[in-house]
Amino acid sequence: MKLRNWLILAAVVLLTVLPLWLAAPPAIGPDGIPGEHFGGADNKAQEAIGEIAPGYKPWFSPLLEPASGEIASLLFALQAALGAGFIGYWLGASVTRERLRREMNEKLNGKPAGSEAAPTASAQSGESAAHAD
Amino acid sequence: MHIMEGFLPPAHALGWSLAALPFVALGVRSLRRQLQAQPEQRMLLGVAAAFSFTLSALKLPSVTGSCSHPTGVGLGALLFGPAAMVPVGLVVLLFQALLLAHGGLTTLGANLFSMAIVGPFVAAGLFRAGRALALPLSACVFTAAALGDLATYVTTAIQLAWAFPDPAGGFAGSFAKFGAIFAITQIPLAISEGLLTVLVVNALRRFNAEELQKLPLFGQREAKA
Repeated sequence: MKLRNWLILAAVVLLTVLPLWLAAPPAIGPDGIPGEHFGGADNKAQEAIGEIAPGYKPWFSPLLEPASGEIASLLFALQAALGAGFIGYWLGASVTRERLRREMNEKLNGKPAGSEAAPTASAQSGESAAHAD
Repeated sequence: MHIMEGFLPPAHALGWSLAALPFVALGVRSLRRQLQAQPEQRMLLGVAAAFSFTLSALKLPSVTGSCSHPTGVGLGALLFGPAAMVPVGLVVLLFQALLLAHGGLTTLGANLFSMAIVGPFVAAGLFRAGRALALPLSACVFTAAALGDLATYVTTAIQLAWAFPDPAGGFAGSFAKFGAIFAITQIPLAISEGLLTVLVVNALRRFNAEELQKLPLFGQREAKA
């Protein structure tokens, strides 16, 4: 189980890092300057709209724009940190609750925590539940 | 996947907003019902929302040479049903539209439709189908989250192609262009989102098995498996 989780994480990292080498460098534009490498897909779509409908003018603009790219990255980092912080808190609380529950069961069953069967059995039942698919 | 502020003609902006409205009402009702019946699920809903919040802030490089981000709504769609993710997606999109000028208010309806309606409903539908076919749980979770993510970006390509048909190629020509920008870019990212969702579901099954049993889409089928 643990091994599989690590393999999944490694796959995600590979999927994120490999494009940096695999992606072809951007074509050189009409002005002789190559286009932006790894720019946002949203901006690419905006450019495409400009090509398809050159006369189109956006009819509404954002009420509030981040003062600079630095401020925008601050807000994006904040967004990611809020979410990751909550998930981290939940994971920590869940792990602790699981451990307390196991210790409580051992106490109720009257077996000392170090006895031969109890800890391994509970650890295994957790693992097999996770393997149930 | 965010269509920028002002980049949909007014009729389209209004149309997508009206189309999204009933789903928002449905989602709010569904969330209220579930939380009234089981207030202890609040924490798990927080995890689903946090997952979407985090993933949609991560702009990752892709093989097409541009960057995009996962949506993270698949997880919540599997746990709480697809309708529940509509209000959650609305909060994420509003945060980005108001503070980051990422997406926009006029395009909110269209973005909501692709990310918080099509994505979750495709994810939940595929998950149901996979479970009905008795496929392994991890495979069902992966397929649902990955293809739900991809469906969001295909929807965005359709929305833009509809609003801006190519003068020569019409809708199809335009769809090929926007599809190349959004859908192809998204393929590796969708796989990443699928894998990350499997990780979180693994953690849920390990530490929150009882809570999982009580969830509508997940619990009963998980109990049978």
